[in-house]
Amino acid sequence: MQELVIISGKGGTGKTSITASFAVLADRPVIVDCDVDAADLHLILSPQIKDRHSFRAGHEAIIRKEKCSHCGACLSHCRFGAVRMNSIDAGKTTFSIDPVACEGCGVCVRVCPEQAIDFPQRFCGEWMISDTRCGPMVHARLGVAAENSGKLVSTVREEARRIANEGNHPLVIVDGPPGIGCPVIASVTGATLVLAVTEPTVSGEHDLERVLSLTRHFQIPTAICVNKWDINPEMTVRIEDKARQAGARIVGRIRYDRSITQAQMVEKAVVETAAPCVEDIKAIWNELGFS
Amino acid sequence: MIIAVASGKGGTGKTTVSVNLARMLESNVQLLDCDVEEPNAHLFLQAEPKEQAVVTIPVPQVDESLCDGCGECANFCEYNAIVCFGTTPLIFPEMCHGCGGCAIVCPKKAISEIDKRIGMVETALAQNITLIQGRLDVGVAMAPPLIRAVKTRLREGMPAILDAPPGTSCPVIATLRDTDFVVLVTEPTPFGLHDLKLAVDMMQEIGIPFGVVVNRFGVGDDRVHVFCSEFNIPLLLEIPDDRRIAEAYSRGELIVDALPEYRRLFQSLIDKTMQRQNV
Repeated sequence: MQELVIISGKGGTGKTSITASFAVLADRPVIVDCDVDAADLHLILSPQIKDRHSFRAGHEAIIRKEKCSHCGACLSHCRFGAVRMNSIDAGKTTFSIDPVACEGCGVCVRVCPEQAIDFPQRFCGEWMISDTRCGPMVHARLGVAAENSGKLVSTVREEARRIANEGNHPLVIVDGPPGIGCPVIASVTGATLVLAVTEPTVSGEHDLERVLSLTRHFQIPTAICVNKWDINPEMTVRIEDKARQAGARIVGRIRYDRSITQAQMVEKAVVETAAPCVEDIKAIWNELGFS
Repeated sequence: MIIAVASGKGGTGKTTVSVNLARMLESNVQLLDCDVEEPNAHLFLQAEPKEQAVVTIPVPQVDESLCDGCGECANFCEYNAIVCFGTTPLIFPEMCHGCGGCAIVCPKKAISEIDKRIGMVETALAQNITLIQGRLDVGVAMAPPLIRAVKTRLREGMPAILDAPPGTSCPVIATLRDTDFVVLVTEPTPFGLHDLKLAVDMMQEIGIPFGVVVNRFGVGDDRVHVFCSEFNIPLLLEIPDDRRIAEAYSRGELIVDALPEYRRLFQSLIDKTMQRQNV
């Protein structure tokens, strides 16, 4: 079983449109959306959800007001600015935890002399196993303002691998998140190949360099393609040269094509339409060699 | 006044809005690039570097001569950053959030804290703009402590624009906290609308007033507009889908410089944002 992860560093370069096309072109893939923060792949692949699982990870601190002796130990120990000092209540300061800022470390729970702080498990979102026209899909939805996106990414990836192994699926295709932080690291470690999708802009160039250092740091073979390459042909050449020097394989270019948005409007992968750029995407797919 | 520019979906034009807005303001302004995983604002401003500082978080260090291998630290750590098998614990600094709990719970006082580098904060000047940007080191997972470090550089009394990372999770929350108004940038497409809804949910959760900018207006349909009017969300600006904008952006040029006919658009965004602010 092989695993192809599509990332970009910079957001909005076309990761999801390209992933959806690969899902259509691949032979019996398992599809994963690891952009758990702003998942969009389901808008193209229209998954029929079979199983839903709630995702709980870590804890959150909650102060029980009636037991609080207003000593402020929680406030002075919290390093995440999560303890709020509230209005003076009958001559005393009251404290509460900002659930959005709380990182669930448990220090306040420990230092509270009154044991007035509860520490329940935190509901962080849900993940789903679905059927699509291209094969099984594992996807997730991180709760609004929730923590632990990295753990949720690891959970959906593991689940996809299990499904692939049990059903003898040759390939897992992963739509990754933007950036280079925690959810990206959780998406790429141990992958067969990372495809970084970039665009010929100063931001695309800058962000690709950081993505390539990340995949080198974790020693993951990496390929790149330039989307909307004809927006700035000189920069496309420059980006490809730099990527080659950084040890990445150049697997193709995709022309600027508004049909990519038009395909999205009708919930189709670009390769399911007659868009001019379809030949570009197919050429990249063939070059990647997963068949 | 602190305005943050955010979006659910990446690549909708947060940085474009932030830098053009900053340039169009006549007064001095602070521009904080809080997209520390992929900071881009500097690419559009020929800013002169002024100051650089390394940002660290405290991570534990065990004094083996004091440690008796009791494992309290490993039991306490919520992030699996300390593992103990009856001997001196193993520490995984890349998992550590720097909460300091292990040092508190150690009965032998064997744990002290040392600084682990996670990135840089860089300050630079470009005409009226003081650019303060965070740059996360490659391989470091956690952006929020660096974002907080960027925000501690914020000086009161000068307006500030914060360029947020994409999404709706902890790095975004760390950016938006304690801001006065949030501009959500989106596109009139299915992906744009879907991620805008997530961002709106987030805004309702954190309770900061906000409005919407539609970028690449004309590329899709009116679904974002319908959504905004249905939920009474102020539409602050439409930036047309113009290939010349994409090309200027690709070269690192500001729209308000390269295509002066768009200056009034950004001026109207400033005016509307100020109005919302004063409501």
